[in-house]
Amino acid sequence: MTSRDRAAVRPPVVVVGLAVVTVVFFALPLVGLIARARWSTLWADLTTTEARQALWLSAVCSVSAAGLSVVFGTPLAWVLARVRFPGRALVRGLVLLPLVLPPVVGGVALLTAFSRRSPVGGWLDDVLGVQLTFTTAGAVMAATFVALPFYVITVEAALRGMDRRVEEAAASLGAGRLTVLRRVTLPTIAPSVVAGVVLAWARALGEFGATITFAGNIAGRTRTLPLAVYLALEADQQAAIALSLVLLVVSLVVLVALRDRWLGGA
Amino acid sequence: MAGGRVNLQATCVRALGDLHLDVDVVAPAGEVTVVVGPNGAGKTTLLRILAGHLAVDAGLVALGDRVLDEPPRTFVPPEHRRMGVVDQEHLLFPRRNALDNVAFGLRCQGVDVRTARGTAQQWLDRLDVGSQATMRPAALSGGQAQRVALARALATDPDALLLDEPLAALDATTRSAVRRDLRQHLDGFAGPVVLVTHDPLDALTLADRLVVVEDGVVTQSGPLADVTARPRSSYLADLLGVNLVAGTADGATVTTSGGVVLPVTGSHSGSVYLSVPPGGVGVQSLGVEGDVPQGPGWVAAVEALAVVASRVRIRLGGPLDLVAEVPSGALREQGIVEGGSVWVCVDPTQVAVYRR
Repeated sequence: MTSRDRAAVRPPVVVVGLAVVTVVFFALPLVGLIARARWSTLWADLTTTEARQALWLSAVCSVSAAGLSVVFGTPLAWVLARVRFPGRALVRGLVLLPLVLPPVVGGVALLTAFSRRSPVGGWLDDVLGVQLTFTTAGAVMAATFVALPFYVITVEAALRGMDRRVEEAAASLGAGRLTVLRRVTLPTIAPSVVAGVVLAWARALGEFGATITFAGNIAGRTRTLPLAVYLALEADQQAAIALSLVLLVVSLVVLVALRDRWLGGA
Repeated sequence: MAGGRVNLQATCVRALGDLHLDVDVVAPAGEVTVVVGPNGAGKTTLLRILAGHLAVDAGLVALGDRVLDEPPRTFVPPEHRRMGVVDQEHLLFPRRNALDNVAFGLRCQGVDVRTARGTAQQWLDRLDVGSQATMRPAALSGGQAQRVALARALATDPDALLLDEPLAALDATTRSAVRRDLRQHLDGFAGPVVLVTHDPLDALTLADRLVVVEDGVVTQSGPLADVTARPRSSYLADLLGVNLVAGTADGATVTTSGGVVLPVTGSHSGSVYLSVPPGGVGVQSLGVEGDVPQGPGWVAAVEALAVVASRVRIRLGGPLDLVAEVPSGALREQGIVEGGSVWVCVDPTQVAVYRR
């Protein structure tokens, strides 16, 4: 070890003090959650029918939303990054709107657009027999609505930051445009695609407001983990804490997995 | 060996920002056509037009009788041009190893993985990077990466090769090694090669033909020896390291615009250029108390001195701006100092005279 550099600037006391207060502000709720958990019944709390349904539903909804984000978000990110068209700024704003919109408002908006009484929702129900409100499909849709912007913003930034001349080099080697996208562009930005998927998935996992507003709170169909936590808080606080711990652990794992991107490497 | 025996010809008119490119270039099959010019002259734009990354506003790009770009109707996209392209930066695919980078083009042509990798390995071997096959681009040195990039371009059996400053990003030692191997592979290539550079050594060692592009137009072109023997612009003269003097000839003398009369060999008349190598410019001290030496010559100011190996370059001002080169010992013997004055004469046998 090197000796302490006596010339190093000592941080001002006020700054350090406020930083400590902030850390405590973040840490206390987590500590509280862990302290209040009854570890003896934790497993039992997590394996009730209610809890298992919520866990399974959350897994289905979040993974589906992440999957849909990739399928629909990748082409959109590519178009936003590569195609100049009038109104591009407007489209980008529209896509990113769910980032700042309160999720409940998003849910209300989805209701007005896709409920059975709306033109589109009514058509879907009449012609295709698809009902979105109060179904798992609706929960997936609500989760996708709030998760997609995270994926699009991450992948679009990566596409913009990429050296386009690498794509030109691929074209000169005989690769058609779709081949370039599939075999060169996407592999090159793979780390950002993965980061975007994880972000979208994590956002979908935590989704509450849009889901409860649009898809409702129906056990086994739309009651995902956050909804179950909220409901359990009224009846069985221990169950709520147990489910919260699951979300906490999952979020921590995601943070650690992404630390290279967010914290500038270990 | 690779390459079709067809000429590449391009008549390009293209506006791009401040640049207005208007050039006519022919690159014959089996020859290396080197394009030189100052920064921003349009060299890279020309290459991007040939590769199909830019379209011409007017003109024609054709490989043999295959028209690649002719507005308004014809435009063949890069993936169908069959051009091997090597850039200043290697532009290898970062997430593929060297072998799969080289195999990529063959895979695009529908070659199966096994055959493509086999051919790719042969090309890596030919370019002395066979043992780096499994390495990702980030793990390769600059020289190795550029060799892989060259292998990648050659492996697709292109009809023509386009190289944009292929050696510029390399350090001096690596550069000479890659230049030597590049020369060998370009010699073996049957199709036309267009190479853009600003390095005079690249031009002199790799070129069969030289095209000088300045400010969007071709100022000079032709076989290397012809162009270098008779530079017609101060850019090319600087690149070649010779003095370019414009003057009016009358028999065995040429009078410059500054009024200096220079003796030349042979008999000439009218407006001419003189190409004077720095070694052909004689410099000596004025002697004691401005005692002017005998013979034809003039007094010039020493503006700057610079050491070049064991010799010294002297930038001379006065009635005629010239660069002279003398052995470094002469500085002391002749008492040459910056800011001083010297007697200058030009050796007529070293001067090339040609029509302006």
